[in-house]
Amino acid sequence: MSQVNSGAAGPSAGSDVAAATASTKRNKPQYHAFTQQQLPACKPILSPHMVIPVLAFVGLVFIPIGLACIAASNKVVEVVYRYDTKCVPGNMLHNKVAYIQNASIDKTCTIVLKVPRDMKRPIFIYYQLEKFYQNHRRYTTSRSDMQLRDPKQASAITEFCKPEAYAANGSPIVPCGLVAWSLFNDTYSFAHRRGRGGHTEALTVIKSGISWRSDRGHVFGNHVFPKNFQNSSLVGGGQLDPTKPVSSSANFRAFFLLPSSSSVSTMMDGDCGGVQLSEQEDLMVWMRTAALPRFRLYGRVEADLGAGELLAVEVRNNYNSYSFAGKKAVVLSTSGLLGGRNAFLGRAYVVTGVACFVLALQLTLLCLDDFILKIYYDKAGDLWLSRGWKTFFHEHHLNAGDLLICTFDGHDLLTFKVFSISHCRVLYDTSGVAEGGEDPQVSGA
Amino acid sequence: MNIAVCSSESSYEPAGEVLQGNDGASTLLTRIKDEEWSDDRLNVPERNPDRYFDSWRVMNQYFLLIACLQLWSTITPVSPATTWGPLAIIFIVSASKEAWDDYNRYLSDKKANERRIWVVKDGVRRQVKAQEIHVGNIVWLHENDEIPCDLVLIGTSDPQGICYVETAALDGETDLKTRIIPSICANLSPEQLGKIKGVVECPNPDNDIRRFDANMRLFPPTTDNEKCPLTISNTLLQSCYLRYSEWACGVAVYTGNETKSGMSRGTAEPKLTSADSMIDKLTVAIFVFQIVVVLVLGLAGNIWKNSHGRKQWYLMYPPEGPWYEFLVIPLRFELLCSIMIPISIKVTLDLAKSVYAKFIDCDDQMFDWETSTPAHSANTAISEDLGQVEYILSDKTGTLTENKMIFRRCCISDTLYGDNNGDALKDVGLLNAVSSNDPNVVKFLMVMALCNTVVPIKSNDGTISYKAQSQDEEALVNAASNLNMVLTNKDSSSVEICFNGSKFYYELLDVLEFTSDRKRMSIVVKEIGSGKFLLLSKGADEAIFPRSCPGQEIKTYQEAVEMYSHLGLRTLCLGWRDLEEGEYKEWSKKFQDASCSLDNRENKIAEVCHSLEKDIHILGITAIEDRLQDGVPETIKLLRNAGISVWMLTGDKQNTAIQIGLLCNLITPESNGQLLSINGKTEDDILRSLDKALVVMKTSPERKDLAFVLDGCALEIILKHSLESFTRLAMLSTTAICCRMTPLQKAQLVGILKSSGSLTLAIGDGGNDVRMIQEANVGVGISGREGLQAARAADYSIGKFKFLKRLILVHGRYSYNRTAFISQYSFYKSLLICFIQILFSFSSGVSGTSLFNSISLMAYNVFYTSLPVMTIIFDKDISETTVLQYPQILLYSQAGRLLNPSTFAGWFGRSLYHALAVFLITVHAYADEKSDMEELSMVALSGCIWLQAFVVTLDTNSFTYPQIILVWGNFVAFYVINLILSVVPSLQMHNVMLRLCNQPSYWITMALIVTVGMGPVLALRYLRKVFQPSAIDVLQQIEQTNRHIETYRNMESSSGTYLDHLLTDLRRNKDSIHQPLLSESLACSR
Repeated sequence: MSQVNSGAAGPSAGSDVAAATASTKRNKPQYHAFTQQQLPACKPILSPHMVIPVLAFVGLVFIPIGLACIAASNKVVEVVYRYDTKCVPGNMLHNKVAYIQNASIDKTCTIVLKVPRDMKRPIFIYYQLEKFYQNHRRYTTSRSDMQLRDPKQASAITEFCKPEAYAANGSPIVPCGLVAWSLFNDTYSFAHRRGRGGHTEALTVIKSGISWRSDRGHVFGNHVFPKNFQNSSLVGGGQLDPTKPVSSSANFRAFFLLPSSSSVSTMMDGDCGGVQLSEQEDLMVWMRTAALPRFRLYGRVEADLGAGELLAVEVRNNYNSYSFAGKKAVVLSTSGLLGGRNAFLGRAYVVTGVACFVLALQLTLLCLDDFILKIYYDKAGDLWLSRGWKTFFHEHHLNAGDLLICTFDGHDLLTFKVFSISHCRVLYDTSGVAEGGEDPQVSGA
Repeated sequence: MNIAVCSSESSYEPAGEVLQGNDGASTLLTRIKDEEWSDDRLNVPERNPDRYFDSWRVMNQYFLLIACLQLWSTITPVSPATTWGPLAIIFIVSASKEAWDDYNRYLSDKKANERRIWVVKDGVRRQVKAQEIHVGNIVWLHENDEIPCDLVLIGTSDPQGICYVETAALDGETDLKTRIIPSICANLSPEQLGKIKGVVECPNPDNDIRRFDANMRLFPPTTDNEKCPLTISNTLLQSCYLRYSEWACGVAVYTGNETKSGMSRGTAEPKLTSADSMIDKLTVAIFVFQIVVVLVLGLAGNIWKNSHGRKQWYLMYPPEGPWYEFLVIPLRFELLCSIMIPISIKVTLDLAKSVYAKFIDCDDQMFDWETSTPAHSANTAISEDLGQVEYILSDKTGTLTENKMIFRRCCISDTLYGDNNGDALKDVGLLNAVSSNDPNVVKFLMVMALCNTVVPIKSNDGTISYKAQSQDEEALVNAASNLNMVLTNKDSSSVEICFNGSKFYYELLDVLEFTSDRKRMSIVVKEIGSGKFLLLSKGADEAIFPRSCPGQEIKTYQEAVEMYSHLGLRTLCLGWRDLEEGEYKEWSKKFQDASCSLDNRENKIAEVCHSLEKDIHILGITAIEDRLQDGVPETIKLLRNAGISVWMLTGDKQNTAIQIGLLCNLITPESNGQLLSINGKTEDDILRSLDKALVVMKTSPERKDLAFVLDGCALEIILKHSLESFTRLAMLSTTAICCRMTPLQKAQLVGILKSSGSLTLAIGDGGNDVRMIQEANVGVGISGREGLQAARAADYSIGKFKFLKRLILVHGRYSYNRTAFISQYSFYKSLLICFIQILFSFSSGVSGTSLFNSISLMAYNVFYTSLPVMTIIFDKDISETTVLQYPQILLYSQAGRLLNPSTFAGWFGRSLYHALAVFLITVHAYADEKSDMEELSMVALSGCIWLQAFVVTLDTNSFTYPQIILVWGNFVAFYVINLILSVVPSLQMHNVMLRLCNQPSYWITMALIVTVGMGPVLALRYLRKVFQPSAIDVLQQIEQTNRHIETYRNMESSSGTYLDHLLTDLRRNKDSIHQPLLSESLACSR
């Protein structure tokens, strides 16, 4: 009789085992903590121990920073004078647009400013133009950066420049587009009088170095000269000197980081000698479109002004802000660590810091409050346990079926004896580790 | 061409239309003639992009529309690159993935197509490429060849006309299958084979690999013009291998995509997870919101233009615009707001999903050492559904049990063996009976050894091993051989057995095959010595008992069956009948006719078989044990605790099923549970018991464990008459046992649960579970002993049932949590940037100016924000052990708590708040002389990036080094990229970042944005954690505590109680918890 194996796989059991181990090796996924999702992990959870210190820390850091910011902002002296209506003669007030559009009227107007506090050099002069939507879509796109960068591309204006792309004779306008066309053209000249009755002295307004250093020569090419600018019948804004390149070649210096941390001084060229004349820097400043409909920038004065000094500003009021009821103002400001006078950051820091602090305090109170049980009598004279009871329940690991015996001293102490479902007295350990302990006591109100 | 193969159309009728001979064949074959043999997979490249488009079609069209609108320069706020870029990247990524797959497919197809095959073509035997085989060619194969197309076998090297094939590639079954040549082809010499002419009538190509109802006629002079039936056992199917036969030859009947394997390879419909459909709904909601915003802003913009804009002389508004002028501003806003729907969400989610799938593939703890099979996810897209499963429908045999059959007990002529020691093979009584040649016992053993389809394989050293399709048969034959009744040899026509050393020979006349309807099989043999004809039967008790001979007392047998099934054993009833020669001859003719019929063959055969299987003398009952798999009871308990309803669907008897159910914790014993049986003799009875069960189910107290039992015929009636109340019952009941189920019914049950909105998971191991697996939302296959069929059809395959808990509770839950975060975060970050744009539009005259430049916008969506969010795929809220310890937590993801309209509203609010914080702080800090557009936009953008990093950090539960590296590395990368960009003079951002980094006010502003943005979020989250902790919070607390103070009294149990309380709440409010925000939110919250 032939030998019979009971198992189907019997006859080659030995080789099967070998094969199995081989295939096991092949099939078995390689162990790696990454593929097994077993990488060492840190699992912080939002516990009071973490959240309260964090909040407190944030408050602690933010309040001083905020105060410092406020101080920095307060150190900046700023004089703002709105002149858009003041500079219109009384008889023209009812029709300001007609006034501004009438080229025959002399638009010079002089205003007197009083310096409130000492102003240290450099003093920056800004114009402030409100309700002017430089960020309007029709406006922002109406320019050709290519044309500004490369003289050869002068005629390669894209359709973006429309409707200010070509002059009447069909030749291209450089710089083209609405942005350049509407260049701001009010001008200011300053004179100050030292002390009471002192002599009047003109202040030089330096208009070089007010644009971004990186713009000069890069964004605005060195050999690009204005062509056909403001030639059309409809004159928008200021004129440009056709003999000057859009960017000054003498100022061609690769941008590099200035060690100064002030935004304004980074923006300004460090050349204080005033050798450099402005080479269409007004245009460069203008063409860095502002994101908000309130913006400014004009030039700077390298002089110190004392408190109480009077400053005469001769304004050439050329720019038409009247048709859109935009305000115009001239601003003198010193520069601080964080730029111009802007209390927002400081205030926001203080508010945030205080809020964090208060929140931390509140949470701490809540944490403490957890252990206070509210007890009150209702109208029928029954005793009720209310707020805090739930926490008490969980804190003491009470389970359904536990027996509690309470003793109330009538004032503010409620003592519990807890018996578990197995009728054993449960003793709580207040110290946290050792055995033995006492009954929970609760203060109530 | 020598043999014409005709495919008769579905009606199978027209023998008359079948054209004769080889010349007619060419006309007949036109339908399939010119097709090149190509693998079905060749077509996939064309199909896959379709699929890709299907699921994301709407979204893609949307993005394409946006991209096209951006080409219109009047309205585009940013350069078209912002949409075209990401769109191109997305398409390149998916297309290159597809292309890589296609290339690999192409290579393998090419290899298959260019294989050289010996073919007789035009009477000449030569080698051709596999793709050149045409229908009607005679194909010559050698041992171990892969079969290139579906063939009808006409000759083999074996004189009996037998050959063996391995069908593992087709159905996953590893045993060898016998294939036999049709009777009319017997006696043909190899020379004749090349020249024969004839017609094969075969049905249209289908994918049924178990059926081939065809006919064959050979023309004179070879043989007489007789019709010969063909069955699946006469075929060699594509992608099987020829084994143990020197050569075989056959006629090609189906080639290319029409082969059985080609037809069954059809692509499954892509499954959409419930999380995905939730995301789709949220997308639609955001789209509606976007339209509203666009309309409102567009209107406002037009009003502003007319009231203010025309007064701004520097804008030079022309007095008369083109006719479409009123559309320009709304369309600009549409483009500005188009980023509300994140373009990157698809890529991000796809990537995340494939990582989840990789984690499953690599999981060390789901590796089955016994069979050395790792877990595998064939479908990489549906891991989230695993975490939301509500119903598990499990097969029994091979899934819950080991499918390792062991013969344990038997009952032979009223004597029970194996009762005392639980193993009949060691029962002294039985051994004695065997040695004393007790005629009843000998007959019993003979049926055990003969009545089967087992193939004995003799190895060189004389040992015999058995190859069987059915584990039960193998167990029986092995048991018989242990009791000295050895099946030693078997071929197509004869069997040799050896009992107590003496050999017996039998002629094997007919096999009356097993079908699931008949539930029995029989063979007819002729004893060589005595010339007696015998019918040997075995089958289910209810299939055999009614056919017992009228006089026989079967009560003891019935009791034995009852008893065995109470022990959870599988019973088979063995029977025997002597046949008269005349009776057999007559029957044999009918059987032949039935086997030849093309139409309704199965039924006809069943009818004929029925006529012979009567008056059976019952010999006894066998009881086979199928042990539960390792870890099944624990797994089922865990899954049920996790709030998943587990149903057992089996083809087995009710009693056996209930016993197994008790053993594996599926149902609780009588004291705590109640088993509601739905049965009855008539339709009314069944429906009445259904109603009764429903009433009991509704009124019973919650604690009680209720389950219902139902069998196949009851289900059939219920489905016909009372589907609605059955659905209600199914929703109420957490457990059910359905026995006597056919594969179709299993799939129907899945369909019922699915249609009632539940997420179903079907798990099974055999071919009979394939339909159910494909029908269910998630199909899991166990790569078990019944072959790989189920595992192939399934979305996930695992080695053992016990791995299911890890698959669902660990992988499913994590996947869901992660997808929930990633998708909502994607919306959050898109909304954030979009809200800032909208806020900015109010200060730019509602003209639709984009605050951010094109490069920043594109990079924001594609680089800066998509990397940090990917870190969430490594995040674990609570550890695996905790999840397995508190499986109830699954209810959280099951109920869709982390991704639903209300959580989304939270994210929406957060993005609005953050946008306000970023915008207002930026605008105020950078007011006046600093308000350069480029600078301001960069400050706002960096504010967003800072917030992103902190948001991801706050929402991460566990930090591992890749997470920290990615989040903060990305943060650093943002600065590096922007500093590099600011060196390029031709860009608008020239020098911007450099200037900003030098300003203290910039850094101060950033710190302010982060504090103001995150402070309230942190505080809210903290307060919620303290005063309204979710179950996850509690578990995190427990984890933390357990790590620090190992033995803190009661901590675990008390938190556990609280947790239970929370989780019970969770269960109770599963559906009613969310406040509807969207119209369909109740339905879609699941």
